[in-house]
Amino acid sequence: MTTAAAVRTAATREAYGPTLVKLADAGVDLVALDADLAASTGGDKLGRAHPDRWYTVGAAEANMIGMAAGLAAAGKVVYAASFAVFLPGHCFDQIRVSIAQPKLNVKLIASHGGVSVGEDGASAQAVEDLALMTSLANMRVVVPADVVETELALTAAAYSDGPIYIRMGRPKIPVIHDERHEFRIGKAHLARPGDDVTVVACGLLVGAAIEAADALAAEGVSVRVLNMSTIKPLDEAALAAAAAETGAIVTAEEHSVIGGLGGAVARWLALNAPVPMEQVGVQDRFGESGAWTQLLERHGLTARGVGDAVRRVLARKA
Amino acid sequence: MTTLTSLETLQETARRIRRHIVEMTHAAQSGHPGGSLSAVEILTALYFGGVLRHDPARPDWPDRDRFVLSKGHATPVLYAALAEAGYFDTALLPSFRRLDSPLQGHVVRGTPAGVEMSGGALGMGLSFCLGQALAARIDGAPWRCYCLLGDGELNEGQNWEAAMAAAHFGLDGVTAIVDRNRFQNDGPEAEIMRMDPLAEKWRAFGWRVIEIADGHDVRQVIAALEEAKGVTGRPQVVIAPTHKGKGVSFMEENPAGWHGKGPSDEQLAQALADLGFGGGAADNGSEA
Repeated sequence: MTTAAAVRTAATREAYGPTLVKLADAGVDLVALDADLAASTGGDKLGRAHPDRWYTVGAAEANMIGMAAGLAAAGKVVYAASFAVFLPGHCFDQIRVSIAQPKLNVKLIASHGGVSVGEDGASAQAVEDLALMTSLANMRVVVPADVVETELALTAAAYSDGPIYIRMGRPKIPVIHDERHEFRIGKAHLARPGDDVTVVACGLLVGAAIEAADALAAEGVSVRVLNMSTIKPLDEAALAAAAAETGAIVTAEEHSVIGGLGGAVARWLALNAPVPMEQVGVQDRFGESGAWTQLLERHGLTARGVGDAVRRVLARKA
Repeated sequence: MTTLTSLETLQETARRIRRHIVEMTHAAQSGHPGGSLSAVEILTALYFGGVLRHDPARPDWPDRDRFVLSKGHATPVLYAALAEAGYFDTALLPSFRRLDSPLQGHVVRGTPAGVEMSGGALGMGLSFCLGQALAARIDGAPWRCYCLLGDGELNEGQNWEAAMAAAHFGLDGVTAIVDRNRFQNDGPEAEIMRMDPLAEKWRAFGWRVIEIADGHDVRQVIAALEEAKGVTGRPQVVIAPTHKGKGVSFMEENPAGWHGKGPSDEQLAQALADLGFGGGAADNGSEA
């Protein structure tokens, strides 16, 4: 399922342009907007294939969101893309009032999520976007684990009416899925079976969690890995089963420990199935410049960081 | 639905809309009468003066022209105009701002039918209109999108992002109207944030600017909006000088005091008298 394909690497954002072109070729009545970052999001590929379906609005994210809302209200399937620091960071109120509240059919595509942006530093590293977006009623939030899942998520969004936020990343990371992978909005994917503890991960931490699970297996620890690529709505059935069957949870994400996947899982567990839980994430701090791999190390967003959290939670497990 | 409507009929409609505005904000003891009263002739021109292609029986008619209230706090004038046009019963108006009423304090898309877009956070409506006009252009559809902006609202930077983009994309299906009452929440625009020279700003952004002398002369508003329809290749803005609180003596005299509150019983009686509904508060029939 995963090891054979793991030699290939790709950035999740690489899925964006080609998927838009496929959707437009397939007859989806879509319009995509960029805000002067098309070279990084890849949205301009749609513009070359279907010039009347892609527009860059300049470095003006607030206006892009409003335009997206207007297009959606006229029946278009709309994709609006930028960096995760700007979308939602530059235009949260526009998303709130113009898209989420009226529940318009806009797909918010945020590239360059998390600290793995690297050298651009703190201002460019979104570690709060999931907190902002999960806080909005009517908004769904997805963080795909690799390029394969990103294409599936972008495609599923086209055929699922309503607002959705999909976060992509900058660096090339291992491709952990092949063409048999199935993705459904709101459905967790069992990346590794296991009985002693469950790691609930999203984004590039899914690959790290799988690596950790493999390492811990050698120590006799059976780690379940759930790819919770949809953070909202959470797959509550998968969480309930994980809590009941493994009795300990670790969340892992490239985001602040406040308000993202860990926050959502902690809330659900506290209300429904309290079991020991640990978090792998950014510890309420800003990022900084550095190579993306160095930054992942610094924040513990690695297989080793996941393994450490697993040991901590197992020590608390009754 | 262009029909020849006499000036007298339009003025009478405007007077009824004003009555609804003061009665709604009185009943709610909140809401925004000043900036609603300043926009009465603008909405009268749009909905009753043959400017908008619309059909109250089919609020989701795909080829209707869209009207977006970007100054989304001025719901009293929008609800009153929609009710008078027949989108819903005027009997609903007293429920304004009450729990479970479709007449929310600030605009909510589709609530009730006829409200094209949500708002209330300023500066967002024009961008929405750009998206609407772009969709119409992609589809080769004939409809247009109108946006009512407050002049205080123009402090918000998103308007100018939208102004840039509308001209850049040559969206001639967008017509903005500025309700130029020269007051904003905290006071006179000249003191809070000066917008002059306003016409030059829009021109510099690439818009066709149509300035009228009196935003309370419904004929001037209609003429300007009809002129805008003929402009090709660029968006248009009609700048309409108005008075905040127009038609109600004590609001006209103190516009800064009537941005966001409802009149008392005595003030309602005075307002109705000012509007020529002589009986005062007791005479609350809607058939006048």
